[in-house]
Amino acid sequence: MAQMTMIQAITDALRTELKNDPKTLVFGEDVGVNGGVFRATEGLQKEFSEDRVFDTPLAESGIGGLAIGLAMTGFRPIPEIQFFGFIFEVMDSIAGQMSRMRYRSGGRYHMPITVRSPFGGGVHTPELHSDSLEGLMAQTPGLKVVVPSTPYDAKGLLLSAIRDNDPVIFLEHLKLYRAFRQEVPEEEYTIPLGKADVKREGTDLSIITYGAMVHESLKAADELAKEGHSVEVIDLRTISPLDIDTIIASVEKTGRAIVVQEAQKMAGVAANVVAEINDRAILSLEAPVLRVAAPDTIYPFSQAESVWLPNYKDVIETAKKVLTF
Amino acid sequence: MASQTKNMPLDAVKSLQAAEEQFKTFQILNEEGEVVNEGAMPELTDEQLQELMRRMVYTRILDQRSISLNRQGRLGFYAPTAGQEASQLASQFALEKEDFILPGYRDVPQLIWHGLPLYQAFLFSRGHFHGNQIPEGVNVLSPQIIIGAQYVQTAGVALGLKKNGTKAVAITYTGDGGASQGDFYEGINFAGAFKAPAIFIVQNNRFAISTPVEKQSAAKTIAQKAMAAGIPGIQVDGMDPLAVYAAVKDARDRAINGEGPTLIETLTYRYGPHTMAGDDPTRYRTADLDNEWEKKDPLVRFRKFLEKKGLWSEEKENEVIEQAKEDIKEAIKKADSAPKQKVTDLLSIMFEEMPVNLKEQNEIYQAKESK
Repeated sequence: MAQMTMIQAITDALRTELKNDPKTLVFGEDVGVNGGVFRATEGLQKEFSEDRVFDTPLAESGIGGLAIGLAMTGFRPIPEIQFFGFIFEVMDSIAGQMSRMRYRSGGRYHMPITVRSPFGGGVHTPELHSDSLEGLMAQTPGLKVVVPSTPYDAKGLLLSAIRDNDPVIFLEHLKLYRAFRQEVPEEEYTIPLGKADVKREGTDLSIITYGAMVHESLKAADELAKEGHSVEVIDLRTISPLDIDTIIASVEKTGRAIVVQEAQKMAGVAANVVAEINDRAILSLEAPVLRVAAPDTIYPFSQAESVWLPNYKDVIETAKKVLTF
Repeated sequence: MASQTKNMPLDAVKSLQAAEEQFKTFQILNEEGEVVNEGAMPELTDEQLQELMRRMVYTRILDQRSISLNRQGRLGFYAPTAGQEASQLASQFALEKEDFILPGYRDVPQLIWHGLPLYQAFLFSRGHFHGNQIPEGVNVLSPQIIIGAQYVQTAGVALGLKKNGTKAVAITYTGDGGASQGDFYEGINFAGAFKAPAIFIVQNNRFAISTPVEKQSAAKTIAQKAMAAGIPGIQVDGMDPLAVYAAVKDARDRAINGEGPTLIETLTYRYGPHTMAGDDPTRYRTADLDNEWEKKDPLVRFRKFLEKKGLWSEEKENEVIEQAKEDIKEAIKKADSAPKQKVTDLLSIMFEEMPVNLKEQNEIYQAKESK
């Protein structure tokens, strides 16, 4: 087994599927010769030719439309949107078109498209490069939304996403790209979409989270353990559809839960998780379910991001409120 | 003028004017049905000429019947097509079955002549999903609602056809308003950059709902916008079926030959309202303008042309009208017999496999709908 960063695991998954399926195509801005601005597609054009891995003109809506048209003609497109903040430019192709094609055509056509895009804060980018906009995607019927938190998960989830016959938005957290290495099998394996992962088992409190906040939550759980609290950390991995069974089983076991997201609090994924818990497990609860989230501003100018972004201390603070309720 | 007061190395105003002068309207058949451009006459047999006329007459009747069916509440969403028959049908007539059509919402006639059964077109109008279940072997998408979205998708379909080695083109339609959209520019630019076999048609019917084409852009023609993408552009008399056919045929031949996409602007007019949902064209169009364009009618001039050749008669025309009425009656009957649409049907076409939330909701709606 090899030690890989998340970005290496992603490249590995792309290479695997370019090799397996001649209908897969990787394209976007600077993904060819340059290998992507984060090197996610490093070496792929050379290995698989410009026919399979290619640069597009600089226009996100065009990239979305290209993906739809290629899917219509039997391809399995894997477009990259260079930064997720640019998603507004391609919102119609994603939310108005590809997410609706199966439905609109009464099941006649389908869109096996995986839109990859880097997102997330903490690396001092200019504006519209760091925003957590996954909630917009999760609120769109017809899309699956995947957010890996580890190199191992990234490879297995990306392979599932590419093989899925419906559109998947695959969000890669900037801060996790090279944050750490992990053993990643060189052979192929898949992790099913829509399945959460219990990253740490515990009995006193469930922390339900995803993306970079998985690591803040694990750190918080370590600290809380020192004080005698047994904390379970659930990594959603897919935020749409939600793995309701895993969430509810955990909450029924612990009786207490918090939900942690990097995105702004309003109308977010965490709110949805809280609502599902209230719908299904209210009688198991010993305390209200609280949220840790960013304030409801635009993503901050980078000098303020270290305070704006939720971190493990915020998680501990909220966890304690629930543990001592 | 700037060029007089300053010594400019290059006169940008002059180069624009010179470029714009290149975009002259292409015509073969004038309003009197006379051939004014013999050298450009497409190679069409007598039977093909008659078939094109048959389709135009048939579609005019379909439009009239659709409007009255809409008024009776027997059809839903409908965008009238009268006036645009040459633009719509002569362009489709230049295609082969393998060619892929990405229509706007007024372009239902092209879908029908490309193989979409009429009763399904009626079901689309009624808001029934079976209307969009395109039969196998009919290479079309259902009508696009977002103005211009089909343009970027066309670049993708065309690139896919090229990658697959299919000898076919992707053809799309939008209007004069659509040519202002970002997707219009992105679509023609992408197709050009990939030298993809695409044909982009702008049916310039002079009004985007109520906004006149003069307010859409400083560009004198829409055809000239092709230059920015580095692809050929041509402005065609869109009331002249032979000119439309010839322009599309030429664009198709070049696309198949690996020469990339073409932008075609057809100058046309919709006689009716934007849609049947309450639009009143008298608010934004004068009767004089309506009259001026009705004189250019594609059926009138093509009828004159064919009659002179002895290829058309009142009798023939009446046969087509009767056939159209008969087909429409049958198609409405068939549309009436479509099973009632259920929420559970819709839940099952969201994804290949129902995720857990939809499964739960499916149970709820199954119970509701079995009552």
